[in-house]
Amino acid sequence: MIDFTHDQLALIFAGLTALSILLYAILDGYDLGVGICLPLDNEAWRDTSIASIGPFWDANETWLVLAVGLLLVAFPKAHSAILNALYLPATTLLIALILRGVAFDFRAKVNPEYKMRWDITFKVGSILAAFSQGFMLGIYVMGLEYTVLSSLFAVFSGICVTAAYALIGNTWLVLKTSGQLQRHAIIRCKQAGTLCFSGILAVCLVNPLVNANALAVWTQGPFAYLYAAIPFTCFTMFVLGYMVLKRLPLENDLGAGLPFLMTSLIFITCFIGLALSFYPYAVPNKLTIYQAASAKPSLEIIFYGALVVVPIIAAYTCVAYYAFRGKADELKYY
Amino acid sequence: MDVLLLSRIQFAANISFHILFPTITIALGWLLFYFKVRFDLSKHPVWMRAYRFWVKVFALTFALGVVSGITMSFQFGTNWPGFMESIGNIAGPLLAYEILTAFFLEATMLGIMLFGFNRVPPWAHTLAIFLVAFGTTMSAFWILVLNSWMQTPAGFEMRDGIAYATDWLAIVFNPSFPYRLSHTLLSSALTVCFLVAGISAYRIYRGDNKKAPNLTLKTALFTAAILAPSQAYVGDLHGLNTLEHQPAKIAAMEGVWQTEKGAPLVLFGLPDQTTQTNKYAIEIPNLASLILTHDPQGEIKGLNEFTGVHPPVAPVFFSFRVMVGMGFLMITVAWWTSLSLARGQSLSRFQLRVLMAMTFSGWLATLAGWYVTEIGRQPYLVHGVLKTADAVTTIAGENVALTLAAYLCIYVVLLVAYIKTLFGLARKAVDVEEYDLTPPGISASQNRHSQRKPLGETL
Ligand code: HDD
Ligand code: HEM
Ligand code: HEM
Repeated sequence: MIDFTHDQLALIFAGLTALSILLYAILDGYDLGVGICLPLDNEAWRDTSIASIGPFWDANETWLVLAVGLLLVAFPKAHSAILNALYLPATTLLIALILRGVAFDFRAKVNPEYKMRWDITFKVGSILAAFSQGFMLGIYVMGLEYTVLSSLFAVFSGICVTAAYALIGNTWLVLKTSGQLQRHAIIRCKQAGTLCFSGILAVCLVNPLVNANALAVWTQGPFAYLYAAIPFTCFTMFVLGYMVLKRLPLENDLGAGLPFLMTSLIFITCFIGLALSFYPYAVPNKLTIYQAASAKPSLEIIFYGALVVVPIIAAYTCVAYYAFRGKADELKYY
Repeated sequence: MDVLLLSRIQFAANISFHILFPTITIALGWLLFYFKVRFDLSKHPVWMRAYRFWVKVFALTFALGVVSGITMSFQFGTNWPGFMESIGNIAGPLLAYEILTAFFLEATMLGIMLFGFNRVPPWAHTLAIFLVAFGTTMSAFWILVLNSWMQTPAGFEMRDGIAYATDWLAIVFNPSFPYRLSHTLLSSALTVCFLVAGISAYRIYRGDNKKAPNLTLKTALFTAAILAPSQAYVGDLHGLNTLEHQPAKIAAMEGVWQTEKGAPLVLFGLPDQTTQTNKYAIEIPNLASLILTHDPQGEIKGLNEFTGVHPPVAPVFFSFRVMVGMGFLMITVAWWTSLSLARGQSLSRFQLRVLMAMTFSGWLATLAGWYVTEIGRQPYLVHGVLKTADAVTTIAGENVALTLAAYLCIYVVLLVAYIKTLFGLARKAVDVEEYDLTPPGISASQNRHSQRKPLGETL
């Protein structure tokens, strides 16, 4: 076995935590997005939309559990500092997740006259969950402080994250549905994409202004040129994505997966950009990952366990996605 | 506002709400696996019908379990930061292993279990059910390791107020763990037995003469007839183990205020903290000593030996009686109804009504049991190592009060909706004729394209 230093382990675990947050944002992002855009005026579309995320949403949400869990076990001080500052929005998030998670199941089991009620709960819960995540991100970017300015920024960030999830949710629908609903999703993609694009631009401008660390990362040193590739990729994806969306749907459903892939790439680049801006801090400008990490033996025992288990998780996740490949219209529930 | 008290109430509310659902999913998963295997072997549609009805209940319960569990994982950091700061080196890996080995498995396989019937080969579907059941059990395993360790810590050393692991095997198999794991898994099984019996009885009571509810009723009651006495036996062993490691808890459970030889078993009474006695006590002489020390004259340590570090007596005392009372009620009812069934009679309307009334008896006993365990551990969070008051957060009390109120409202609404939906599903099953008489697996794959039901109905 390799003998890691404490700092190496801290870095590895920061990487793992970041990875699970990113995976959460993409994966639960699309199912939240489907909820955000749930068409309340068309029941058949609602059923198909929800069928498209049915087999996946639970596993998607598990990435949040892993992210919070890793933060808790590897960086306990950062976990309590961050979540204490974000106590109320985090509780809002939890309540929203509770509501939408159960609405999803209740809607299929209650008497038809109550179904609409749970559909609304599902939609509202999804919007509220997305918004509070964005709000939390905004407060985090502003250094975990509540001022008028930071709250305004956080509200803005909440709207942008909701738009980003709506975007990825609709690209998912483009991939998993056909016909009218697919066309509708394509239109929604364009709308959400525009909002999301302006949000990312705004964060790019604000972050270096409030955060000295971020300014240094993006403007100084030999890596700044290399890093420039990140926003460049991100914005290229927006342009390409728009061009693809204009041409869809194509014969034989060609390219239906492209918007989803491109949006994932947008998520990845934005996330890497943010992570770079904050490294090495776990709590902005207060606590680095090296200071916050827990004792070495405990981290090691989790690390070796993860080495064995994570590939297995990846394998059976692939099996699940393979089993439910193709359009969602044919799902049947036992 | 007192942030300690509020945080404790909030934690208790959240975990109490959470445990209601795992306690069903753990055993129901195995029951569904059993139904599915019986169907695979016999191809008899009644097993598939039993499966199809109960898998709906499972899906709903699982969803509630997952979302209420996510709340739990935030709580440690927000309300009990001292918990991870002090014992994080031990709790951390255990929680991490639970997520890695259990949560992902059950969550991913659940998709295949619920929606994959026509998408994967039959054996893979059955395997997915097995893996879901296995995942929930693994999850219980890890979380109970942690909880047992908090009751009877072992395999660690304290340096500067922080626990460091010295022996992981001793941590995992700490003294109370085997008892707690078996007792909790049995309580899950019993909860499901009475839930299944209660709902099936409700269907039969409303005139459902189909085969499936009778079959599930029988399966549940025969299982309960075996498991309920086993639970009493395991519970007894569990109590002996507790006597060894947490005598203050036993003293509170039994309402023993002063150390005495030949202590009576207090069947009922009102423990009074100020006078240090039980008012209106109904007692059986020497029985407590006999049960706990296997000697009618054995000595039981009283609360007087643990001044300042014993739990509040009344809640532990009453919860214990609720649990044990439920346990004996379960034994009685399970045997009474099983004997009728074994003689080939169908249950009388009175028997059906008793079973209906006991639908959620498992919940009551399980919650009572956890209250004994957890309140009985106070004032410690980790027995003898960390006090609850030393782990609490610095968040403003008002914020905790606000979130607590929000949680409570939601929990009430969801519980009502859950119970109404369960009975609603049962009524629907009474009214709907048998789904289709050919085995659904076969008909579904043959008619997959010709006979597609609207999704809203099938989902
Ligand atoms: C004896 C069993 C048991 C106990 C005592 C607990 N849980 Fe639990 N939990 C389960 C048994 C379980 C389960 C059976 O695995 C669940 C319930 C239903 C389900 O879907 O999984 C679950 C779900 C569940 C989830 C969602 C998992 C997912 O995304 O699939 C989380 C995050 C937690 N739990 C966390 C906790 C924490 C932090 C607890 C302690 C304070 C806790 N649970 C007590
Ligand atoms: C699942 C069933 C459980 C139930 C119903 C339950 C119930 C309770 C209750 C009622 C309390 C409050 C005791 C008091 O403050 O007087 C409590 C405290 C606590 N329990 Fe549990 N518990 C359960 C499982 C667990 C598990 C598995 C863990 C940890 C791994 C845990 C960790 C704690 C902690 C940290 C506290 C401290 C907070 C407090 O004292 O209120 N519990 N629990
Ligand atoms: C019938 C006789 C029973 C006896 C003698 C008994 C005994 C006990 C004891 C002594 C404890 C506390 C252990 C400790 O904290 O140290 C306990 C806890 C518990 N009991 Fe029971 N019990 C009985 C029936 C039941 C039934 C019927 C259920 C549920 C269906 C149940 C569910 C629980 C649970 C969930 C706990 C908490 C977890 C644990 O500590 O194992 N018990 N029981």
